[in-house]
Amino acid sequence: MTTLRRPPLPRIDDRVTLKHGAGGRAMRALIQGLFAKGAPPVSDDSIGLAALDDGAALRLGDGWIVLTTDSHVVQPIVFPGGDIGRLAVSGTVNDLAMMGATEVLGLTCAVIIEEGFPTAQLERLHASVREACEEAGATIVTGDTKVMGRGEIDGIVFNTAGVAFTRRVVRDNGLRPGDRIIVTGTVGDHGMAIMAARHQLSLEGDLRSDVAPINGLVRAAMRAGGEGVAAMKDPTRGGVSSALHEMAQKSGVGVIIDELALPVRAEVRAAAELLGLEPLLIANEGKALIAVRREVEAAVLDALRAHPLGRDAAVIGTAVDEFHGSVVLDTGLGRRLLAEPEGEPLPRIC
Amino acid sequence: MATDRHAETAQLKFRDPQRAAQLRAAIERTVAEVGHAPVTIMHVCGSHEQAIAKFGLRSILPPAIDLIMGPGCPVCITDMPEVDEAVALSARGVRVATYGDMIRVPGTTKSLADAQADGARVHVVYSVAQAVEMARTTTDEVVFFATGFETTAVATAAVLLAGTPHNFSVLSAHKYVPPAMELVASLPDTRIEGFLAAGHAATITGWRLFEPMARKYHTPIVVAGFEPLDILAAILRLVELVRDRRAEVVNMYPRCVSPDGNRNALDQMWRVFELTGGHWRGIAWVPDGNLQLRAEWAHVDARTRFGLGVRTRDDQPAVVTDCICGEIMIGRAAPTDCTLFGTTCLPESPVGACMVSSEGTCRIWYQYGGQPNLAGTAR
Repeated sequence: MTTLRRPPLPRIDDRVTLKHGAGGRAMRALIQGLFAKGAPPVSDDSIGLAALDDGAALRLGDGWIVLTTDSHVVQPIVFPGGDIGRLAVSGTVNDLAMMGATEVLGLTCAVIIEEGFPTAQLERLHASVREACEEAGATIVTGDTKVMGRGEIDGIVFNTAGVAFTRRVVRDNGLRPGDRIIVTGTVGDHGMAIMAARHQLSLEGDLRSDVAPINGLVRAAMRAGGEGVAAMKDPTRGGVSSALHEMAQKSGVGVIIDELALPVRAEVRAAAELLGLEPLLIANEGKALIAVRREVEAAVLDALRAHPLGRDAAVIGTAVDEFHGSVVLDTGLGRRLLAEPEGEPLPRIC
Repeated sequence: MATDRHAETAQLKFRDPQRAAQLRAAIERTVAEVGHAPVTIMHVCGSHEQAIAKFGLRSILPPAIDLIMGPGCPVCITDMPEVDEAVALSARGVRVATYGDMIRVPGTTKSLADAQADGARVHVVYSVAQAVEMARTTTDEVVFFATGFETTAVATAAVLLAGTPHNFSVLSAHKYVPPAMELVASLPDTRIEGFLAAGHAATITGWRLFEPMARKYHTPIVVAGFEPLDILAAILRLVELVRDRRAEVVNMYPRCVSPDGNRNALDQMWRVFELTGGHWRGIAWVPDGNLQLRAEWAHVDARTRFGLGVRTRDDQPAVVTDCICGEIMIGRAAPTDCTLFGTTCLPESPVGACMVSSEGTCRIWYQYGGQPNLAGTAR
C-alpha cells in the first residue's frame, strides 16, 4: 500500500486575501478554523456546517430538508454561455441536487446593486433568472433588494438560497474502493470561458460556459442508479481536481483518473495548453461528479447520456484502497499525483 | 467529435501511448544490458522536468534508471548578489523591468517584490523588447534585469544591436549552460553517466558544441525535445550509448536542432556578450558560466552606468541554511529530501529559488503533487 505525505491545511493569515474565497485549501482552513469552530452540532442524522458538504440536510419525518445558500460575484456579469442571474439559480439548484434533493421547493433571491446600474441590464439578468428557474422547475418564493452607493460594491451581487425535501440524502463522502467515477459532461468550460472573456483572449473556437441547472440530469442518474449512487459533488471552483480530493479525503479512499477518458472540448483543451492550465483544475457550473457502484455503472451512464445535458458523460476513474485522500492521474503515458489546487487560479468566477 | 480519444491521440503524435509503451519496453531491455544499476542520467532543463512530471514519465521508467534534474532553471541559479544589485537599483529610483519569475526571488535581505512593496518601481515584462518600449515612453532610467540562459541572452543582444534609447541599460545575469554541465560532470563524486541536453538551448548553440565535453568526461550527451515521446526516445538513445560505452553526442531533436545552431543568433550574442566566471546560486563558482556585456557595450551596462560596486556575498538568513536547492540542482538530492519542502517552503511563501520559478524542481514537484515518482503502482 502506498501512503503519501500531504501538507497540513494552511494556517489562517492575519488578513483575508482572495485565496480565502477561491474554493481551495485556504478557504477550507478559514471555514474549519473560524466559521465552523464551536458551532453547536446538528442532530445525529442531520448534516451541518462542519461536514463542509454542498449543503445542509436536516432530518424531518421520513426524509430530510436540504438547505443551501450561495453568493455570486462573477466578473464579467455577462459572459459567453450565461450571466450572473443564470449562475445564481444554477449554483444553488445544483448544490441541492448534489445532496440528492432534485425537487426544489423554493428559492430565495437577494440582490445588492450598485447605484447607477442600468435598469435594462437588470431586466436582462432577471429574465435569465426566470429562464433558469423554468429549466430547474423551481420558483423564487421570496427575495430582498439593497442598493449601495457608487463604488461601494462592484456592479451587482446575487445571493440565492434553496430548500428541498428528499427521502434519500447523497453525501460527498460515500466512496468505496471499486466505485466508478462518472463526470456528466465536458470539463473546464465555465472557467475557461470566463478567463477568455476577462482577458480578451481572442482564441479561435467557441468557449462557452456550461452554466445550467442540472437537477433534472441528476434525478435521471439517481433513478437509474438507486442505492448504487454512492457520492456526488459538483466540480465548481478548483475544478474536478478539488472536488475529487475532497471526496477522496472524506471517504478515506484514493482515486485514479484516466486522463484519456476525460471529456474535454477541443477549444478548452487548446486554450488550457496555451495558458499552461489543466482542464481538471478549471471550474464547471453545469456538471456533476457521480460515484457509483460498479453494478449500476452502465445504467447510470445510459441514463445520463439520454439526457440533453449528459450526452458527453463518461466514466473517468475508479476509487481504490491506496493513495488514501489523493488523486492519481494516469496520463496514458505514465502516472502522477494530481495536485490539490490552492483554489481557482482566477478570482470571482462565480 | 472533440472528445474522441482516438482522434485526440492521432492528432498528438508525440504523445502516443502505444509508442510510449514500446519505448518504455526498449528502455527496460537496454538498461538491463548495461551491467550495473542504477544508471544515473541528468537533464538540465526546467521544461524537461515540467514534461516529465506532467505526463508522469518517471513512473514508467524502470527502477534501474535514475533520472535527475540538474541546474536547468535560470531563475534558480541567479545569485543573491545579482538580485541585490537589482534591488539596489530600484531603491535609487530606477525603473527595474524583468521577467515575472524573478520578482519573488529572495536576495540577501529582500526580493524585488519586497522592494516594490516599499515603493520601488518594478515592472514585469514578457520580453526585453517590452522593457525597451517602456524606456521610450518615459524619461526615467529603465534597467532591464536580464536573466536566463543563451535562449534569452540572444534576445537581449538583438535589442541592443537594434539600438536602444539613452535611458535604457541592462543588468546582465545571463548564464551559459555548457560550462555548468561540465562542472557537474567534473565533480569528483559524480554519478552522472549521461546528459540530456535542452533542445531549445541547442537550437541556438547547435549540438556539436557538446562534443569536446562528451570526449573530455567520457559522458554521452543526447539533445532532447520536450514532448513525452521526444524525452523517452532520447533516454533510450542515451542508455544505448551508456551500454556501448560510447561518449558521443546524438541529436534526437533534429526537427529543431542543427549541428552548428542558429549562426545569426550566435553571432549577435557573441557581439554583445562575453563569457566570465560567476557564482551560480547554491551551486558553485562556474568558470565561464556567466554572460557579461563586452567592454564596447559599457554605455548600456547598468553596472558601469550606476557604478555598482564589487559584489559581496553576505551571510545568508538562518532559514536558508536548511534549504538544499544547491544539492538539488547538482543532482545530489531530491526535493523530498528537504525538510522545508511542502512545510515551510511553499509556492506562496518560497524559501529557496527552486520553489519560486515555474522552472524550479521544487515548484514543479509541488505542482504535481510533491511526489512525482509513482513507480510500482501499476493497476
